[in-house]
Amino acid sequence: MGLSLISLFLLSVMVFIGGQVLPGNVGRAILGPLADQQAVDVLNESLGLNRPLLVQYGSWIWNFIQGDMGTSYVFRAPVSGFIVDALGNSLKLALVAFLMVVPVGILGGVVAALNVDRPLDRIISIGGLSMTVLPEFVTGIVLVLILGIWLGWLPISAAWPSDAGFFTQLYYLILPALPLFLSLFGYIARMTRSGMVEALDSDYTRTAVLKGLPWRTVVWRHVLRNALLPTITVVATQAGYLIGGLVVIETLFRYQGIGSLVYTAASGKDFPMLQAGVLTIGIVYTVATLVADILYSLLNPRIRLRADQ
Amino acid sequence: MTDIAANALQLDNLSVAYRVGRRDRAVLRDLSFTIARGEAYGLVGESGCGKSTVALSVVRYLPRNGKVASGTISLDGQDVMRLGPEALRRTRAERVAMVYQDPGKALNPSIRIGRQLTEVFELGGLSGQAATDRALAMLNRVRISDPAGVMQRYPHQLSGGMQQRVAIAMALAKDPSTLILDEPTTGLDATVEAEVLDLIAELRRGLSASILFISHNLAVVSRMCDRVGVLYAGILVEEGPTDVVFNDPRHPYTVALLRCLPRGDQRKDQGRLDTIPGYLPSIGATIKGCAFAERCALATDLCHTTPPPLHDLGGRLARCHYHERAQELPRATPARVEFAMPPAGQSEAVLRVDGLNKTYHGHGHALRAVKDLSLDLRRGQTLGLVGESGSGKTTFARLLLGLVSPDQGGHIELDGKALAPRLGDRTDAEIKALQIVFQNPDSALNRSHSIRHLLSRALKRLAGLRGRQLQDRLDELVRSVRLTERHLVVKPRQLSGGLKQRVAIARAFAGDPRIVVCDEPTSALDVSVQAAILNLLADLQSKQDASYIFISHDLAVVRYLSDRIAVLYLGRIMELGPSEEVFAGPHHPYTEALLSAAPSLDRRENTRIRLDGEIPSAANPPGGCVFHTRCPRKVGAICETTEPPLAEAQDGHGIRCHIPYAELARLQRAGAARPARETSLPAAHPALAER
Amino acid sequence: MSAIEHPASTTALDTTAPRGAWGDTLHSLSRSGTFLVGSTIVLFWIACAIFGQHFTPYDPLASDILNSLAPPSGEHWFGTDQLGRDVFSRVIVGSRDILTVAPLATLLATIAGTTLGLLTGYFRGILDEIVSRFLEAFMAIPVVIKALLIIVAIGTSKLTVIIVIGIAFTPIIARTVRSAVLAERELDYVAAAQLRHESAFHTMFVEILPNVLPPILVETTVRLGYAIFAVATLSFLGFGIQPPSPDWALSISTNYGLIGGGYWWTVLFDGFAIASVVVGVNLVADGVHGAFND
Repeated sequence: MGLSLISLFLLSVMVFIGGQVLPGNVGRAILGPLADQQAVDVLNESLGLNRPLLVQYGSWIWNFIQGDMGTSYVFRAPVSGFIVDALGNSLKLALVAFLMVVPVGILGGVVAALNVDRPLDRIISIGGLSMTVLPEFVTGIVLVLILGIWLGWLPISAAWPSDAGFFTQLYYLILPALPLFLSLFGYIARMTRSGMVEALDSDYTRTAVLKGLPWRTVVWRHVLRNALLPTITVVATQAGYLIGGLVVIETLFRYQGIGSLVYTAASGKDFPMLQAGVLTIGIVYTVATLVADILYSLLNPRIRLRADQ
Repeated sequence: MTDIAANALQLDNLSVAYRVGRRDRAVLRDLSFTIARGEAYGLVGESGCGKSTVALSVVRYLPRNGKVASGTISLDGQDVMRLGPEALRRTRAERVAMVYQDPGKALNPSIRIGRQLTEVFELGGLSGQAATDRALAMLNRVRISDPAGVMQRYPHQLSGGMQQRVAIAMALAKDPSTLILDEPTTGLDATVEAEVLDLIAELRRGLSASILFISHNLAVVSRMCDRVGVLYAGILVEEGPTDVVFNDPRHPYTVALLRCLPRGDQRKDQGRLDTIPGYLPSIGATIKGCAFAERCALATDLCHTTPPPLHDLGGRLARCHYHERAQELPRATPARVEFAMPPAGQSEAVLRVDGLNKTYHGHGHALRAVKDLSLDLRRGQTLGLVGESGSGKTTFARLLLGLVSPDQGGHIELDGKALAPRLGDRTDAEIKALQIVFQNPDSALNRSHSIRHLLSRALKRLAGLRGRQLQDRLDELVRSVRLTERHLVVKPRQLSGGLKQRVAIARAFAGDPRIVVCDEPTSALDVSVQAAILNLLADLQSKQDASYIFISHDLAVVRYLSDRIAVLYLGRIMELGPSEEVFAGPHHPYTEALLSAAPSLDRRENTRIRLDGEIPSAANPPGGCVFHTRCPRKVGAICETTEPPLAEAQDGHGIRCHIPYAELARLQRAGAARPARETSLPAAHPALAER
Repeated sequence: MSAIEHPASTTALDTTAPRGAWGDTLHSLSRSGTFLVGSTIVLFWIACAIFGQHFTPYDPLASDILNSLAPPSGEHWFGTDQLGRDVFSRVIVGSRDILTVAPLATLLATIAGTTLGLLTGYFRGILDEIVSRFLEAFMAIPVVIKALLIIVAIGTSKLTVIIVIGIAFTPIIARTVRSAVLAERELDYVAAAQLRHESAFHTMFVEILPNVLPPILVETTVRLGYAIFAVATLSFLGFGIQPPSPDWALSISTNYGLIGGGYWWTVLFDGFAIASVVVGVNLVADGVHGAFND
């Protein structure tokens, strides 16, 4: 918990450096090389960029904690409103992708492990891992071509009609979620597989088999319980990454999420928006990791009960 | 199903192979033996002989690359190899059970003990309360004092001894007709091992199960089993009643193996241990004649060309062409000592340790690993350190070497000069004076470097040699540990365990050390290799006049090499004195317990001092005398309140006990007359008595 | 001493390991199907990057407005793009930039990460605590987002992309190396080195480093795949390789708006090219991983 706070602090410092220190002259960066020096100075002044860095950081982070993420250079409106909406949208998309990939990924890993070193295992392992390293824009475009354009089964844009109900929204989110599915499947399947293989080769599995328990009971009661523990961490970590890793998908499908927000801000050199977006993504990731750690220690008696001894 | 088969377990011409690198490598070759109902059969052999493969074949749990090439295995007359999946499951559920090494791994870490036990009974048709009741009863039977509490625990909350009892309870829960014990006490502390062995022996009386007991430890097998089979390279070379085989072996391998063991009265100044030359055939090697012929001094042309049959010698078997002459096997290593030892007790002290303490701080509480330790070591002598886990012996070694820093106040003196506690503050001369041979050469030798590099580096840094001088000294060093030029070019992993340990010893001796700490240097090695290493250490010591701090849990090994012995318990010296006095007694009750716990081939003891309970945690040692919680000779309240001093009972022999020396002498001379608790061994099995 | 004490028998040496660790690894690599297939693909694209321009039927950069968006035909195997440039020729040489930028970024990350991992794993203590916190915080932001932030701040160029991706991957490699070093540090050969008064530098780089090379090598090949992924993604977003490079991701970025109009060939072949490279690298990584963990 305390470590997460330290991480968040360091994170904010890095984001601050990236957004406010590295660009050097922000006013110049925004207005471009041809702008009048006076205009640049005025802009810097109005943005409070000529104060000492420490003061700038202090007021930025203090405002951020209070929910004031600054004002967008481009939209001339508070950043926080954009962030909240975008985060909500991204969570929706991530959730859809997750509900698809977690069960299938775990199943894939389990099936691979139960057939270890056989062709089915090789197909799942290598195929899954190859999908993981494919950039989402590549899988996205191929899927759009096949499912959206050639077959016409799914809408190629995630921008659903404004009166869309739950199922319509879901329908619109399937195609954007598919590339995410492909990129996560390999990860989750691989972690599950290695956890499973380790558990299957363990002495306690041997004990369970030699007790004469039916294979089903051995797998369900003895193997899965231990095998899935490491998977939990991976799943939660990936959840964090997923939400931040949506830049490409959201851009490709014109979806108003946090990823496309960051992309738009980056393209428009809208530093307050960019900083707020990146910091939000970092916070989501840190929280997801924390949740994973807590979940892991709750489910693992060796950690849970250490305090008793 | 009716059990009409006379034998609980019968193996006929079993051959098993492992597929490694696209080639089948034979592990078991034509192995046959039978175990009668209620009989305990021991299978002994060195690592790589295929012992565990036998066990795994019987329960059909070979690794994925292993397969039974030919032969049959029958359990209660049923061919195990022909069972379908469901029949196999039922056989495992009803007929055969197995307990193996490392109980911490054998129990499921995320399921409570209770659940892991009740599921066995549920398999037998019981449910709910009935299963729980049976589980409780079973835990009681394996003498777990708080069964209900233990049921609620997870495996990691139990000590190793408790875990193994639970594993035994689980195995016996189904009342199997065959129980396989594969190194069930290996890795446990001596006193805990003794308890578990007692338990197994006791349970046998109430059980009908036959036992297949697999162990590398001949003494344990001799104590536990009616009959024994000796396995060499996957071949059964000798079989017979345990005491007959061990007292009158008829195969040269058995003969040689028994000679490698340091026996009670053998000492380094009286002679060297015998060794077995050469090496075990590698797994899957083609064997033309007798598997042991390469290493056998009795072997003739016949042995190299014709595999000997298993000769039936009336109630016993031996696979040797010359079984009648087996005991004439000449020694591989002469017993004669080449260098005269300096007369004991006369040399000056090279090392003095005074009031050394080490406390580890972690997670809120302090752990006193070493408490108030004082001793000295004389030139050319060996100080043996004996103790179980948590005794602080390894911490002490690391303190001496400067690898960990002691608490304030302690004092180490090397050759009369104070030695800085931290390694970084020591001079190069001090560094090279104190070296170590680690327990595990795989860990101690950098696997990326060739042997030549490993030794040259040590010579360069420790002896300050360069160029030609270094080469000459390297040759000399290599010869002194009986390695050859060929070994220099390889990496450690291409050498066997014994050769690796020789390299480690050579490295420790590179800078002509004054003191070498030997931290369990032979505990990872087979007995035949161990003997050679002990001989080497003894030779080097007498040649180089080096002093040893020799750490071991094996009393016979310590006794062979040590001039003085310190017995440690929870970081304290409980007894310190000349080796022979410590062994002969009177000794500290803990030493007494350790000695009686150690299984030995020589002593067919009737009485045993059994220690109750587990070794307390060093983080939370008992008050008063730390041993009082387990002491069979506890005298009263004083033991719980006051820690006794290390009183000098006789010249140079100290005992940390409230009982006066004379009283200890009287109590222990009375021997088994009335120790606080004693148990007698179960009578020999009826099957054996009938012979 | 008696002659038989000399271990003269050949079985003294473990005959199953005649080649030594690295020899074994090479041997099992040469028999690993995934490694062979993967390295063939990767070598093909490297060859295309180096010699490709001599073999392309058209100049990859030459536009032919009259012939724009022509579908695949005998004349233009993969069709032409909006400017009438030959897609086939562009795909063949499209690997040039990404196959320079990604490996250099990976190399940078490997060197920096290995050094950092060795230092933190060896010295542990407060240095490790501080550095690990920083790396952890740094890793909380996905690579592409991190890269976006920095590139927006300092402007893009190939060198920037190399440095940014290199820095972004450094903590990941550092973490792998650190955990390997922590395990090595517990081994007694490190204590043995201390008992020879070896310097920290010697212990880290001569004693420990050779033993952690296998995980470093595996991590590096895996990272190379992700570096290609990251560079391609940045280029797709317009923050990586800049026009007029025939880079695959850049081509997709410029043309993907056209797929609604049915001009699939302007993106699909580039997509397949990227896919084949990353999958190829990944197969190599899988082979290397397998060879070290057999």
